Amino acid sequence: MTLLREQIAERLAATGYIADRELPVALQLMDMLNRPLLLEGEAGVGKTEVAKALAAVHGTELIRLQCYEGLDQSTALYEWNYQRQLLAIRAREASGADPHAVEQDIFSERFLLERPLLAAIRRSDRPVLLIDEIDRADEEFEAFLLELLSDFQVSIPELGTIKAKSIPRVVLTSNSTRELSDALRRRCLYHYVDYPDVERETRIILARVPGIATNLALQIARMVDGVRKEELRKVPGVAETLDWAAALVGLDVKSLHDDPETVHDTLRCLLKTQEDRARFTPEVSARLLGKVA
Amino acid sequence: MCCVPPDAGDFSEASAYMAGRLSAFMHTLRDNAFAVGLKESQDAAAVLACPLVGRPVTLRAALKSLFCARRSDWLKFDDVFDAFWLGRGVRRAVPLASHARSGKRAEQRQLAGPESVQQSEANLAEQVPAVDGGSDDSGASPPARMEGASRAERLAETDFRRINDPQAIAEAHALAARLATLMRARLSRRERARLKGRRLDLRRTIRRNVSHGGVPIELLWRKKKRKPLRLVVLLDASGSMSLYTAVFVRFIHGVLDNFREAEAFLFHTRLVHVSAAMREKDAARALDRLSLLAQGVGGGTRIGESLATFNRWHAKEVIHSRTCVMIISDGYDTGAPQTMETEMRQLARRCRRIVWLNPMIGWAGYEPTARGMQAALPYVDLFAPAHNLKSLAALEPYLASL
Repeated sequence: MTLLREQIAERLAATGYIADRELPVALQLMDMLNRPLLLEGEAGVGKTEVAKALAAVHGTELIRLQCYEGLDQSTALYEWNYQRQLLAIRAREASGADPHAVEQDIFSERFLLERPLLAAIRRSDRPVLLIDEIDRADEEFEAFLLELLSDFQVSIPELGTIKAKSIPRVVLTSNSTRELSDALRRRCLYHYVDYPDVERETRIILARVPGIATNLALQIARMVDGVRKEELRKVPGVAETLDWAAALVGLDVKSLHDDPETVHDTLRCLLKTQEDRARFTPEVSARLLGKVA
Repeated sequence: MCCVPPDAGDFSEASAYMAGRLSAFMHTLRDNAFAVGLKESQDAAAVLACPLVGRPVTLRAALKSLFCARRSDWLKFDDVFDAFWLGRGVRRAVPLASHARSGKRAEQRQLAGPESVQQSEANLAEQVPAVDGGSDDSGASPPARMEGASRAERLAETDFRRINDPQAIAEAHALAARLATLMRARLSRRERARLKGRRLDLRRTIRRNVSHGGVPIELLWRKKKRKPLRLVVLLDASGSMSLYTAVFVRFIHGVLDNFREAEAFLFHTRLVHVSAAMREKDAARALDRLSLLAQGVGGGTRIGESLATFNRWHAKEVIHSRTCVMIISDGYDTGAPQTMETEMRQLARRCRRIVWLNPMIGWAGYEPTARGMQAALPYVDLFAPAHNLKSLAALEPYLASL
């Protein structure tokens, strides 16, 4: 079943993910063309959230594979449960079972440990497979992934080929610490997740921070927008905004103008390096606060 | 080579028209350096045939996620789309048109063989007067440019402005190759697991051999992790540098060919990532592709802003702890010197060394007085001339010691 763009946008909003205009279209295309979606963007703009929200939209499971350097097939795809196999062999030996039967048995599904990739293709309800930070994995793994993403089948020597019961919805994210191969980029639909504009960020804050007033959310969004325009080493993402909003709500601030000192002190939720902290003197935050009507 | 959409079989006249337009649009995209192929065109046809994507805004978003593969595509796409489908941004449509022509020329050349290679050489020569880029075919240089250099002169000391000899350019290549072998990967202390190596990786070996009941049959090894020096070249392709651009483009091509890790950028009024184009094995084709990317050659230079783009968007990807950034520019910046200063400071903090090659140092009586140059100098580790082969060769020991 392919959901329409409007339905997707609506359901995304219902799960608390406020998408930009183009994302629902990309998500709709994912289903239409059965292609993976590659998300790029700065850290903290909510790339991983997209996958979580997508799983919620379709009411399926989210299977996550976090990539890192040295990730190999036995942690990503499958592995035999050796301990159990050994145990089973010992037990059968004691009871004097037929060796052939034992061999058949220990390479059966019962002894297979499925890892995220195998899990994703063996589900029947089209789960969302999130392959997080693919740029951290080695190039060899990327090539292997490419093969899996085009065939959706895995061959396990002892068991034979396992074909996908349903084609999972695959979301890949990258922080671009390494250039991805062209082949992978070609396979995927592409979406660049940018920092939200003031209006969208306000809606995000309202959706995610319980008990916040609309005007405070708007002020926060404007303030953060101003902070992002300053020259910072580490530009605050949406996650930081939400932290800050939660902090202000927790401190019972009703309006940013009421308490400039608290505002300045809580800015540490947004500024994560010593250098940025040093640059943000009270004068700077007062100036930014002045722009927030 | 373009798309005949498979789903457009139930032709109404409109859908046939749309298929034609789509195919033309994909041509435009290809000319704008988008990597779109047959698979994309089939998918695009499927998208068009689908009534779900009815409105122009939605169509744009759909095609955007389909055709884009990286951030630079993402930023460009809306303009190209609007220019093509909505006829907006006519001013921008002009470079698109010139793109299209040159793109076609590249295709013809593939078909026609060596004669038209000359044509493409001439294409670069149009933008870079006085220096001819032909390495494979001396007949390619028009007679008017033969004056000034003779075989008798010692090439190594000839200013690049005066080289139009294919052999000298071949020598620039050879030099880059020699640089590459000199800058061997230095061993770092960190190790990672390998199939072969000097020391046993005990942890992984035990883990792997659980399946053999703990008998270590498959051995895993550790090996020193190599981190080769990475060279990032930023080449100024503005008007004031035009006499030198062609030679340096050749040089960069050699560097990318030989270094396992090298990246190249070109800047004039903006920054273009050209590594992909320069990795083309055939130098002539690489130059051809490059001359397409380097549109804007001959305009003013915004070094500061180009560096800002680099720092903001590319530095994270291309710079690691053993990176040398090589800027080849005369330092004539039309932007504000403050921008230049901040960006140079940023850059200096990120990378290991900054080498600034300035062809004008070779000129008699030159002082680095350009404001941009003044602002940048405090952050430059090596400020060296690069007006002839000899001065490039002098860089070898410096880079090898990094």
